[in-house]
Amino acid sequence: MEYFALIISAIFVKNILLAQYLGNCPFLGVSRKMDTAIGMGMAVIFVMTLATIITWSLQRYFLEPLNLVYLQTIIFILVIAALVQFVEMFIKKSSHDLYQALGIYLPLITTNCAILGVAIICAREGHTFPQMLVFAVASAVGYSLALILFAGLRERFEISRIPKALSGTAIGLVTAGLMSLAFFSFFGMVA
Amino acid sequence: MIIALILLGALGIIFGVFLAVASKVFYVWEDPKISEVREELAGANCGACGFAGCDAAAVAIASRRAEPDICVAGGQEVAEAVAAVMGLAVGVKEPILAESFCYGGLRARERYRYTGIMDCRAAYQLFHGEKDCEIGCLGFGTCVRSCPFDAITMGKEGFPLFNPEKCRGCGNCEEACPKGIISVISSSTKILRFNQEEDCLAPCRQACPAQIDIPRYIEYIKDGRYEDAIKTLKERNPFILSCGRVCPQPCEDICRRAIKDEPLAINQLKRFVADYEMNTGHHVPVTVAPDTGHKIAVIGGGPAGLSCAYFLRRLGHSVTIFEQNPKLGGMLYYGIPEYRLPKKILDWEIQGILGIGIEAKTEVEFGKDIDLESLIADGYEAVFISVGAWNNTTLRLEGEDTIEGVIGGIEFLGRQGLGLPNPVGERVGVIGGGNTAIDSARTALRLGAKEVTIIYRRTRLEMPANYEEIKAAEAEGINFLFLASPNRLISDENGKLTHLEYLKMELGEPDESGRRRPIPIEGSETILPLDNLIVAIGQYSDFSFIESDEGFKDVALTRYNTIDGDENTGQSNIPYIFVGGDALTGPGLAVEAIGSGRQAARAIHLYVTGQEVTAPPNRLRGFIEGTIFDMPYVVDILERTEPHKRVRHHELEVSERIDSMVEVDQTISEEEAREEASRCLKCGLTCFGTIVYGVEREAKEKRVA
Repeated sequence: MEYFALIISAIFVKNILLAQYLGNCPFLGVSRKMDTAIGMGMAVIFVMTLATIITWSLQRYFLEPLNLVYLQTIIFILVIAALVQFVEMFIKKSSHDLYQALGIYLPLITTNCAILGVAIICAREGHTFPQMLVFAVASAVGYSLALILFAGLRERFEISRIPKALSGTAIGLVTAGLMSLAFFSFFGMVA
Repeated sequence: MIIALILLGALGIIFGVFLAVASKVFYVWEDPKISEVREELAGANCGACGFAGCDAAAVAIASRRAEPDICVAGGQEVAEAVAAVMGLAVGVKEPILAESFCYGGLRARERYRYTGIMDCRAAYQLFHGEKDCEIGCLGFGTCVRSCPFDAITMGKEGFPLFNPEKCRGCGNCEEACPKGIISVISSSTKILRFNQEEDCLAPCRQACPAQIDIPRYIEYIKDGRYEDAIKTLKERNPFILSCGRVCPQPCEDICRRAIKDEPLAINQLKRFVADYEMNTGHHVPVTVAPDTGHKIAVIGGGPAGLSCAYFLRRLGHSVTIFEQNPKLGGMLYYGIPEYRLPKKILDWEIQGILGIGIEAKTEVEFGKDIDLESLIADGYEAVFISVGAWNNTTLRLEGEDTIEGVIGGIEFLGRQGLGLPNPVGERVGVIGGGNTAIDSARTALRLGAKEVTIIYRRTRLEMPANYEEIKAAEAEGINFLFLASPNRLISDENGKLTHLEYLKMELGEPDESGRRRPIPIEGSETILPLDNLIVAIGQYSDFSFIESDEGFKDVALTRYNTIDGDENTGQSNIPYIFVGGDALTGPGLAVEAIGSGRQAARAIHLYVTGQEVTAPPNRLRGFIEGTIFDMPYVVDILERTEPHKRVRHHELEVSERIDSMVEVDQTISEEEAREEASRCLKCGLTCFGTIVYGVEREAKEKRVA
């Protein structure tokens, strides 16, 4: 039950994108087409899980014992950036297909605040390893869900009459705001 | 503080070294050409090349998985620049352009008032759009917005117009159109395409044996875009000068404009643009696909042979025509008299056909100078037989071969074409009711005959000859003797024809051709004095070379004395031998032979490129049901259209023409042509089939404006 609440909370109530406003850049950048939104979503799930595992381990076995928690942010940034770069090189070498599917989105994730945000939340909340894992995956799923829903809406912009002044990113931000309001209705559902 | 600095420095060094090592270990060599190619590509990321964006395309080009000219957005310059990076040369590419088949737009009735999203795809969700026409353009301009190159604009009449200068053939519009009326095709694809059952075809397009896109070229003439009209015509028919003169215009018989007043003078319009091209003195250049290296032999340089060669050449194959006579053109040259189709004009047309790169060898007789074996030895991969039907059907009367003064119609006209002496007496009889009979009679008149009589066993209504030709013959003073069938030839002691004895006939029940069968009246023998008799009652092919040739003797014939070729491909029972024209169908029209030549060109193209030779998919046979309207039923539907009589072409005065072979019919003027073209209703499949104009239309016109 505890994990179920954690999952619902991470996906809907505290959606990393729409409730916590993290990772807005790729949210607007790659949501024009459903295909790219799905690709980006998968890449985020992959990287977020991996990055949170690493940062959680660092926090637990390195920073806390050595009383270096004040270095958390800068070290997490360093680690995540290096990790994503490494992962990109690795899959480019090992699997061409996987690279085509996920690799092209990795540079977008390198400095993504959603990844850092989840890592820091995990550290702050003091999650255990399984909690951390569930929370990271669920947060990434929540991110993908928001991205895919948004892409579905944006595809319809193509065939809609939009006032010229609002077309493009402007209508995207307006829509994102409305989606965010919609997600606020989940608030209070899980404690 | 110091610990933190040391720690961060150490971490930085560790990660730096780690990434450096990793990048060495996981290094993937990338061709420097990729970035060079990437620089040259258009950068539209349109995906029309089939790759996921320009980067992926650049990788594919650099690794030679794709041709340097795959970038459809960039066009020729980009292809050349990319080829230069890759060190390759690029040929002139056949352009691939978008076009729509619907000319209807606002014309179709609205079934309901649509007030939703102004987009075709959205409108299509609701009962396939508000238009009564299931197949036509909805006119919200989704294609216009989908075009990354601004090549599409929405025309006044509510359907999109395509600018070929800007179109790159990326296919976005084709994808965007929910009705599927836009296609992005090359001219090769167009040449290979035959009318299909589900196409939007105006009645004229269904009736044309060559399947010319008639409304399109008429539209071009109306706009003064004569070169485009010529190109449209030549996608289906290379003989526009000739057909503009001799075609019996089955398209006009069925023209929907006749509901209002008179059918459009379609053939006169064709003749006008064809003459326009000739008067410029230059053949309008047509697209020819890059050379494929396949060699094809065409036996017989008539309309079918030349048409087949023409389309094969445009598909990129090399073709050689072998012709027995000194001149190319077949029946158009040797069967159609000078006053209908001047030899000079035909020669100019044939020069244009050969000018796209077709080799022709004349005075080469098949079976004597060449045979199948020698052709195969010379590397020809397929043979097209279009030998025509050059033998006269005989009357089967005694003395037909021996009596002096009796000659077959084809032979008579053929001697004229060859420039041989063709003496005729004062009284000439012509037996038959087809165009050959009329041509023979009018030629005989011009050769000095005083009294020419056409003897036909049925009545004028059943005559297969062109109506215009019958009228012209009458005007020239040619007599018609209907319901008369030759019974006996009477000669003098020198073996010279003096009289023809004929039987009077009456019409009985209709036969399988739908014409009433003539029945002789007993004891009605009548004698007609004649110096010459021209027999023009039919033709058949001479296939003696088939029996004598070793390679050919297995080719199957039908009981109608034609080669037993497939009716959709012309392929005979020997896979590399194809047949077309009269040799396949029996005697027919020039325009049918031209259609048959293109049909064989398609089949041969499939054969030599190693594909399966199949009938064109969903090929339309006959007319699409419900598209040929019952005239009285729809008599008032064109109420908004002003009546406007059909253009009349000019003829030379009878006194001026009967002493010489000068061309009788004159071409209409540019002004007349454009006026006539504007009479075209631009029909689709069912346009004008229902009550069309009403409140909805006016509302829609306002909305679009």
